[in-house]
Amino acid sequence: MARSSATAPDAFTGATPDNAMRDADRAEAAMVAADGTPLKRSLNRALRAQKLRALALIAPLLIFVLVTFVAPIADMLFRSVENDIISENLPRTVQALDNWNGEDLPDEEVFRALGADLVIASELRNHTRIGSRLNYEMTGISSLFRQTGRDVDDIGEIYADQFIALDEAWEEPSTWMTLMAADRWIEDREGWLRDAAEAEAAQDAAETREEARALDFDTPEPAFRISDLASEALPRTASIYSEFARVIQTEDEDSPAEEDPWNIVYQALYEDLSAGRGEGYEGEAAALIAAAREAVPQFEERSVRDFFLEEIDEDWADTQIWGTIEAFSDPYTAGYFLTAADLRLTANGIEAQPEGEQIYLMLFQRTLFMSLAIMFSCIALGYPIAFLLSNLPMRTSNLLLILVLLPFWTSLLVRTSAWKVLLQQQGVINDILVWLGVISDTARLALINNQTGTIIAMTHILLPFMILPLYSVMKTIPPHYVRAAKSLGATNWTAFWRVYFPQSVPGIGAGCILVFILSIGYYITPELVGGTTGTFISNRIAYHISTSLNWGLAAALGTILLVVVLVLYYLYDRLVGIDNVSLG
Amino acid sequence: MKLRSIMMSSAAFAVAATGAFAQDDMPESPVAGEPMADEMTIVSWGGAYQDSQLKAYVEPYLEANPDVSVTWDESSAEAVAGMRAQAEANNISWDLVDVTAADAMRLCDEGLAMEVDIDEIAAPAPDGTPASEDFGEDMLVSDCFIPQIAYSYTFGYRNDVEEWGGETPSEICDVFDLETFPGQRSLERRPHNNMEWALICDGVAQEDVYDVLETEEGQQRAFDKLDTIKDQTVWWTSGADTPQLLADGEVVFGSTYNGRLFSLIAEQDQPVEMMWDTQSYDLDGWIIPEGLEEEDLNRVKDFLWFATDTQRLADQAKYISYGPARDSSAPLVGQHAELGIEMAPHMPTNPDNASNAFVQNYLWWADYRDDLDAKFQAWLAQ
Repeated sequence: MARSSATAPDAFTGATPDNAMRDADRAEAAMVAADGTPLKRSLNRALRAQKLRALALIAPLLIFVLVTFVAPIADMLFRSVENDIISENLPRTVQALDNWNGEDLPDEEVFRALGADLVIASELRNHTRIGSRLNYEMTGISSLFRQTGRDVDDIGEIYADQFIALDEAWEEPSTWMTLMAADRWIEDREGWLRDAAEAEAAQDAAETREEARALDFDTPEPAFRISDLASEALPRTASIYSEFARVIQTEDEDSPAEEDPWNIVYQALYEDLSAGRGEGYEGEAAALIAAAREAVPQFEERSVRDFFLEEIDEDWADTQIWGTIEAFSDPYTAGYFLTAADLRLTANGIEAQPEGEQIYLMLFQRTLFMSLAIMFSCIALGYPIAFLLSNLPMRTSNLLLILVLLPFWTSLLVRTSAWKVLLQQQGVINDILVWLGVISDTARLALINNQTGTIIAMTHILLPFMILPLYSVMKTIPPHYVRAAKSLGATNWTAFWRVYFPQSVPGIGAGCILVFILSIGYYITPELVGGTTGTFISNRIAYHISTSLNWGLAAALGTILLVVVLVLYYLYDRLVGIDNVSLG
Repeated sequence: MKLRSIMMSSAAFAVAATGAFAQDDMPESPVAGEPMADEMTIVSWGGAYQDSQLKAYVEPYLEANPDVSVTWDESSAEAVAGMRAQAEANNISWDLVDVTAADAMRLCDEGLAMEVDIDEIAAPAPDGTPASEDFGEDMLVSDCFIPQIAYSYTFGYRNDVEEWGGETPSEICDVFDLETFPGQRSLERRPHNNMEWALICDGVAQEDVYDVLETEEGQQRAFDKLDTIKDQTVWWTSGADTPQLLADGEVVFGSTYNGRLFSLIAEQDQPVEMMWDTQSYDLDGWIIPEGLEEEDLNRVKDFLWFATDTQRLADQAKYISYGPARDSSAPLVGQHAELGIEMAPHMPTNPDNASNAFVQNYLWWADYRDDLDAKFQAWLAQ
């Protein structure tokens, strides 16, 4: 008995490895293939080959979809939590802020760290990006960072002057070379200089301009290496100086051996020496360091904190700014998602946005509400049309179907612009209504640049997505069912409602899913006819992508929209059942 | 929706034209003789403005260089986002981008645009004045910016509105006067200019506008003033919107670029008038993306040397009523290429029009753009 039912599928599909596998599973004794290997293993091999072949066939499409669709979406969604810009560009500040209590003004150490980070960031021209990022969380930071970027290279100027006054050698790039550069780098650089000189000589000897150009020496200077001795004795100076050398080499394509160091390097040297470091320094410049160590206690002091507050901008005294920097110092953040829910992350935890800036929840609600309204108006208009199409003789219904499809094939922009002409206050519809005397000339209806406009235009644009699945389902409902109902005494309405309608529900389901999911992410039509009250969340996403450049927030809003659609799809599956949906 | 049009100069035509194409006594471009790419992608604004660029210097340049082809990309409105995306993907596909002064500053700050020495990029004036002096400091607002034109945001109004009873608006605050001048207005869907105009009409002196706008109370004042006309306002995003709305009679008052209003009034002959009071100046020009290949860069430099010279900028004014960025171009501005009317009276810089002009503070906007954009958009959505 069991055997006969097991072979039943074979009757339809023939002897496949799958079916043989099932047979082998059920067999009581181990079955063996003709060559003596257990049947199971030999079948497994055959099955694997078959699966690989199938995989190879779909591989081009799979790879295409992964590379062009899934990967970019995943990358975009990942931006909604990514936040490494602060920790990467302000590493010293983030570390120094660990000891901050969150209430008072941060101490001198924090300002020193910020000064060093910002000098480097502004040389790399990253400071405005940091400012823009933090500005998403607290308005005003962007301008603060821009202004600070303009003045920050004066930090440490006072020490630079004093060191140079002490010994003019401090002004010489070569002094800094002996102090900071690793011996190996100096050797490498000498070799590079020799190569460059040789190449130049060869170029001079060249006869034509083209030949000379071909001999261009374009190897860059070897990357700077800091000496271990300096890193140990003067850690801050060494760290800033290596940043200086890196920026000079990569950004300006110059050599640190020929450029005067930034003021912040002198600031760091002062910090190192005044903290008593550099004592055991025994390098070539030992005498210079020793002299400087003795002189430093008599130096005129200038606190970096005072410099920030007095010279740059008193806004740096605002602890909220520091709270924001600290709150967003992690490489990953929930900040974008919080903003998308009208909340914000502050140093004191999560708070509601100020009332004037709460818009996202309202926009999500509006998007859902309007998508539902569009969906229901599509049912109301589409159902009778589909009913008519499926019940008319073929020739007439084909003609009508073309009328449905024609706008469907017309450019979206053309259709939307046509609605502008029809709906505006001096437009066709208002003109006709005034002419008919339905409304007065002074009280023309506002049908566009508001929610009404969006709902009308989008209902029209999405209507074919409702009519087509409905039509294809209604086409398959045998007309004699309704006739039978009527012959059994049902009224027209009962026959329709009890017999016909239930059979058309799968078409309604398919149409609803299509229309609702399409409209929830619609962008271009609301943008053109929605004004300010008829726009969707997608218009906000577009705004953040192309205008405000807040891609993280755009990604968070997009992720939420995606999740909402998936949840609704799941609910629909549970309530109606996705198997009941028929697309034709 | 990106519109691309490829313009190829036909070789046969070019051969005939090269002879006729007179090279002025202009010094040779500094990159002449260097290897150059044959293709160039120029990003601009589309519409009448792009046409003026095409006719004034792109077509003449292609006639002189028949091997070169130019691809237009009408994406200037999204140029900052586009350039950031291209830089992140490490795939720079634009060679030359037309942007407003404020966007140029932003791109320069972010390191996406190349810093240039204007005297190496733009030819000296015919009398030998170096480009940096010819453009002047007012135009060279950023190290990356190569100015082309000065334009202005100003208002146009319909002159056939019956409800106004013969009154015509003459000053900026008439925009906020719904009693004397009822009807819909159109304003740009971003804070720039709107906030300034609102404050000026709320009694703030022009020179104090940005100091007031820096404070929360000042911003609230501007929003409160804008609130008085909010439900009578259509918000535009594209420069073509206001002319269309005015022509349809949808709005009776609308702000837009002065060149668009000029073409509406002078070329299309619509019942619309200009109101120059408190027009707000802005600049537009080129930037070169950072990270171009050397050959592409040479081609761009060669083109710019030609396209930003005194005669070419003056030629552009034959097609659109924007003021050329060079002082030396001003006397050469002549008549409209097709209508034959004098262009000078339609320039925003013409003394009669400029008697009460407002100068937008780009630097301030570069700082406060993010802050105010967010608040403005929230205000709009509520």
